Parts: sequence; C-alpha cells; structure tokens
Amino acid sequence: MEKTIGNKTVNVSEDGYLIDLNEWDKDVATAIAQEEGITLADDHWKVIEYLQNQHKNDVPLTIRSVGKSGVVDIKGFYALFPEGPLKKASRISGIPKPVSCI
Amino acid sequence: MEVLQPVANPKAKSDGKVKKVMIIVSKATLHNVYASFILANGARMEGIEAELFFTFFGLEAINKKKLNDLHVATVGNPAMHIPTLLGGLPGMEAMATSMMKKEMEKLDIPPIDEFLEILVASGVKIWACKLAMDMFHLEKEDLIDDLEGVLTVGDFYNRAHGEGSHLMFI
Repeated sequence: MEKTIGNKTVNVSEDGYLIDLNEWDKDVATAIAQEEGITLADDHWKVIEYLQNQHKNDVPLTIRSVGKSGVVDIKGFYALFPEGPLKKASRISGIPKPVSCI
Repeated sequence: MEVLQPVANPKAKSDGKVKKVMIIVSKATLHNVYASFILANGARMEGIEAELFFTFFGLEAINKKKLNDLHVATVGNPAMHIPTLLGGLPGMEAMATSMMKKEMEKLDIPPIDEFLEILVASGVKIWACKLAMDMFHLEKEDLIDDLEGVLTVGDFYNRAHGEGSHLMFI
C-alpha cells in the first residue's frame, strides 16, 4: 500500500516496512525514525548503512550478527533503537521486517 | 431479584499487551535452557521486558563451571526417537548434544556463555533462587558475574507486579 512519509509517497507493507529500498532516502529514514520517536545521529546512520549492506548481500539479520559487526555492540544497539532494535532499525533502513527469532 | 453487574474498574485500563515476561528456568537440559533464552531474547527484541529466574537444576545454566557442558536428554525424551535403552548408552548424550549444537550454530544461535552475555547486554535480568542455591551448596561466586541477585520466590513474584506481566515455567 502507498503511504506518505515525509514529503514522499512510498510503497510499504502492512507493518509499515518499505517494499522497495530504491524508494528510501535520508528524508524518508528521518521521518520513519520520528514516527518511532528516534532522532537520527551519526551512530544511527552507521548502523543503517550496515543493515542495508547486509540486506543487499542477502545476509539474514540477527541481534547476534549486529553485535559482532564492529559497528555497534548489543547494548549500544538497544540504546540507539530502544524497544525492539532490529525491527525499528530495519524499518528506518528501508529493508524488510526481520524474520529471525534471535 | 437483584442482578449484580460487574462494575468496571476505571483504573484497570489495559491494552492487553504483554509488557513483561518472567521466565522460571527449572531444568538444565540444553533444549530447555535454549527455549528460555530464546523466549527472553525474543521478548527484548519486541520491546518487552524480560527476567529469568534460575531454580533447581536450572542453576547449572548460570553456574560458571557447568554452563558450557549442558546436554540434550536422550533418555525419557520420546521426541528424540531413540529407544530408552540405547539412549542410556555411553556417548549417546554427547553425540545428540553435539549434533544439536551444530544445527544451532547454522541458525546463528550462540553457545550458552555467549547467549548469556547477549541477554544481559539486551537488558534481561538474571536471578538465582535462594532455596535452590542453599540446597546445592552454591555461593554467589559460583554463578556468572552478570547475576543480578539472589531472590526468594516471594521476591520474584513481587517483581511480576503490574499490568501486562506474564510468568512462564520451563
């Protein structure tokens, strides 16, 4: 379905995740983050870039793999994206909802 | 005849959401411990608070000397599809355990010690049962350094107060 995020109309899933990463830009990310109550800073952008790269390489995302990425540790990940870091960070990054239980 | 209608309590506003899970870990077989860890970690990933209370044999999972030697039960576990007599043979438990660990590594499920670190970093609180510690003659020093503390059953229940709290026994 279509949704207006920031100044742009994008296609999102029922859960509000972008369908096409090509429709993502920094304004869209900032607007989604705002919905989640997060103001994006440098550390957030580093994580977003990492998640997008993993997605492009078809690597399934888990909390453990993010913790080992060298970009952020698990405690830091929870601090940057409180209450559900993997889901929130994925939504802000414009990639699909993570399906992992770990 | 007077019919009593239940009176809605205006203070009891609940959105029905799970807000906190309190998991009691009473066994130290590998699959039970993993089940509790995955439930706790999964809760945190959804923004739900999680606490683990280790009691009886469950204490082995946070015992520094034992936590990396937990085993799958091959006896008394019909889902293993191993006849009870064979399941009791030397080496069977070790073999089943090593097979399961290999499968879990493929799914990015960490070993017990690393999983505990992940849980703590994710904000899961880890508690030990006082009575069970006394029973097994365990001191706080025997348990992981990340232990939040030692509780009685009553203390644990008191931590579960509040709307949206759920208790699970594993």
